[in-house]
Amino acid sequence: MKGILGKKVGMTRVFKDDKAIPVTIIQAGPCFVVQKKTIETDGYNAIQVGFETIPERKVNKPLNGHFKKADLKPLRYLREFRVDNIDDYEIGQKIDVSIFSEGEKVDITGTSKGRGYTGVMKRWNFSGGETSHGSKFHRGLGSTGMSSTPSKVFKGKKMPGQYGNERVTIQNSEIIYIDPQNNLIAVKGGVPGARGGLVIIKEAVKVKRPKMQ
Amino acid sequence: MDQLINAVEMNFKREDIPEIRPGDTVRVNVKVVEGEGSKRRERIQAFEGIVIKIRGAGLGKTFTVRKIGADRIGVERIFPLHSPVISSIEVLKKGKVRRAKLYYIRDIKGKVRIKERQD
Repeated sequence: MKGILGKKVGMTRVFKDDKAIPVTIIQAGPCFVVQKKTIETDGYNAIQVGFETIPERKVNKPLNGHFKKADLKPLRYLREFRVDNIDDYEIGQKIDVSIFSEGEKVDITGTSKGRGYTGVMKRWNFSGGETSHGSKFHRGLGSTGMSSTPSKVFKGKKMPGQYGNERVTIQNSEIIYIDPQNNLIAVKGGVPGARGGLVIIKEAVKVKRPKMQ
Repeated sequence: MDQLINAVEMNFKREDIPEIRPGDTVRVNVKVVEGEGSKRRERIQAFEGIVIKIRGAGLGKTFTVRKIGADRIGVERIFPLHSPVISSIEVLKKGKVRRAKLYYIRDIKGKVRIKERQD
């Protein structure tokens, strides 16, 4: 599975076929292969990929050694991508936006904006009650279940709690535009997380494509 | 970050659009698509009026043109400045106005008089 790491830059719109399309711009790559994981040594085939160079002083000694081994400068983010054929990759290999093409569908993973402990109206889109006209039921969740049978609250009941700051994946986002010079990808629609947040772009899982070989 | 957004927007911006300002009288030639499939054909429709508002930046920049239509009903149309639907914009008259948004024009009964700009 091909993938790349990037940073959310922001949103704009773009005109294509006489239509305005909302796009999110992601600065993706260049990434470097830091480590290869194989079935023999790790039990699965994967490449470990790093993104965004940082000064050596920001990395602790063990991690610095890890980068030295790959003969790379220290990188801020390290993530793994499962691959079928590990021999396609070499340690230190550069991965950039050119692995994708315009029109391709991708899955985008990010960390959504944290909203803290929120009520049920914001978190689950409950409608709540009237604010006035003598109503005493405003933003609560109402009943949480039945009486003596089952005399418990079912698991998974939608209730207030932490909302956001979790891993979210947007599936089947279309790549609208690629700028290989500035390492930019423009993807249709939104992307989870705040600007500057790490996003992982992978080829879409749910798109049927002809088998290689 | 803004520079990167600009880098993408640059490729979609239109260079052939003349400079327009609020108060200008313009004719906007809009592409209209009629029919579907094989019967599909394009024609150009003109919308002529006064620019009463320009807002936004980058590719999201839009301008509003107001004209008096049939039965003296005011018609306002908002165009994205860089939209490919606009085939051309002609500036018929340059207006001299003292504010950026000419909402007061909506309340004028009778003819709208705007001083001409010399430049």
